[in-house]
Amino acid sequence: MKQVRLGSGAGYSGDRIDPAVELARAGNLGYLVFECLAERTIAIAQQNKRTGASEGYDPLLLERMQAVLPDCVRNGVKIISNMGAANPVAAAKKTQETARALGLTGLRIAAITGDDVLSHMTGDYTFMETGDPVSSVADRIVSANAYLGAGPIVEALAGGADVVLTGRAADPSLFLAPLIHEFGWDTSDWNLLGHGTVIGHLLECAGQLTGGYFADPGYKDVPGLARLGFPLAEVSTDGSAILTKVEGSGGCLSRATCAEQLLYEIQDPASYMTPDVVADFSNVRVEDLGHDRVRVTGGAGKQRPETLKVSVGFQDGWIGEGQISYAGLGAVARAQLAEQILAERMRPYSLGELRFDLIGMNSIHGRALSHQACEPWEVRLRVIARGNSRERVAIVPREVEALYTNGPAGGGGVSTSIRETIAILSTLIPRELPQPVIHMEVS
Amino acid sequence: MILRELAHSRTGDKGNLVTISLIAYRGEDFPLLVREVTPERVARHFSEIIDGPVTRYVLPHLSALNLVLRRPATLAVTRSLALDAHGKCLGSALLALEIEVTPRVKGSAD
Repeated sequence: MKQVRLGSGAGYSGDRIDPAVELARAGNLGYLVFECLAERTIAIAQQNKRTGASEGYDPLLLERMQAVLPDCVRNGVKIISNMGAANPVAAAKKTQETARALGLTGLRIAAITGDDVLSHMTGDYTFMETGDPVSSVADRIVSANAYLGAGPIVEALAGGADVVLTGRAADPSLFLAPLIHEFGWDTSDWNLLGHGTVIGHLLECAGQLTGGYFADPGYKDVPGLARLGFPLAEVSTDGSAILTKVEGSGGCLSRATCAEQLLYEIQDPASYMTPDVVADFSNVRVEDLGHDRVRVTGGAGKQRPETLKVSVGFQDGWIGEGQISYAGLGAVARAQLAEQILAERMRPYSLGELRFDLIGMNSIHGRALSHQACEPWEVRLRVIARGNSRERVAIVPREVEALYTNGPAGGGGVSTSIRETIAILSTLIPRELPQPVIHMEVS
Repeated sequence: MILRELAHSRTGDKGNLVTISLIAYRGEDFPLLVREVTPERVARHFSEIIDGPVTRYVLPHLSALNLVLRRPATLAVTRSLALDAHGKCLGSALLALEIEVTPRVKGSAD
């Protein structure tokens, strides 16, 4: 039976590059897929593109391509990635330039555009999370990108692309597309697409399938985590799949790592929506074959949704933050005194959203869930506020720093920051609205 | 007994939702998780930081529960001022939950 081997080269924009090189070199792959676009990443990229701070594609594009292109070309491995971010065409041109500089000519590099639907957001759309109209943020909106499915990627591959760069595409679709292309899967065979989506979902966070985000010493030990290898899937025409990793790489791949990743960031397992299919994970079975090999069966699906999800990014004000540490005897009492002082000093500024945390005590799980059996030797006070201008929140860093000479004894290690923030909400649009276009460059 | 002795967990996020999986190390302990880790129990455990009821999905083939918690809008990932804006550390708080292990179930688990 024909088999396709898909490797997962990145699970987020800043992911480690060495494991992708290892896969390109020794994974015996047909495709190497890089998922690099979190919800907010594309909104930040759009804003950077607009202000001229960057071209709008993934900041590690050049470094990744330089690292993996020679091995991918040598071994006939095709690359699929959403590193195009807010500017897939510029990303394709940069990749073309990079390939030429490496002496790799004749490479066909496709860019897929059409996910940018900002111009359509004047319509009557509402946010799924809040029920508010999208028009309520019209003056602050920076991006609106629709999640495209596997379709345009399949088309680019059929057009002979060796590298496919997209903007916003559903993460599992990046993996489903080469399966549809290689096996000629019927795109209305919902069970097959559902199972392919299960495979894509397992692979899309890269190291999180092979022991990353898993280790808990004494309970869940992971060998060689420093040399963590990224996963690959051996998929057969009927969709049956073995997940594994390059022999000798660090990490582990087991029923337990697969179960954690299968349920990662999903809500109803019977109804995982992508642009391609409504996948059903509820009857997935994971069988441990030993030696970091697992067999995954039982993914299913129902007809794809009639709408596409759109992530809308908008400016959400400024955040000012300051932190200071207290250590030794009475550290907690001094940090609490500092908090009281700051609360009083900031009262006249009426900062709408102001938050205090004692890092080391209760900043993560909150007061009710945090056990305080003994007092920590050191504690860090964190103060953070949101406001509608840089000037408005600048008081937070200033007052935290002033604790050195105007606060309790022995404060140290002040750090401060002021940053502009972008928030993301989602809406739905008719699936016919975005018009994907494929651009092809040849190196 | 605390959950950590019987199960492992991973936390993810989507907007103002936090999703926490709970997976039994051994299949024979799964019925105990289903009985003890009810949506109501989980909602009480996290009451300080969530808003509204908890939805629970049961996946017997994986000996797993998928718990979906709703956080107040101020704690949605891209708006939150919390140190762990994603809520990625919440799974470890779930594993600290004390559960009742009856002799019968304990016997069958051993």
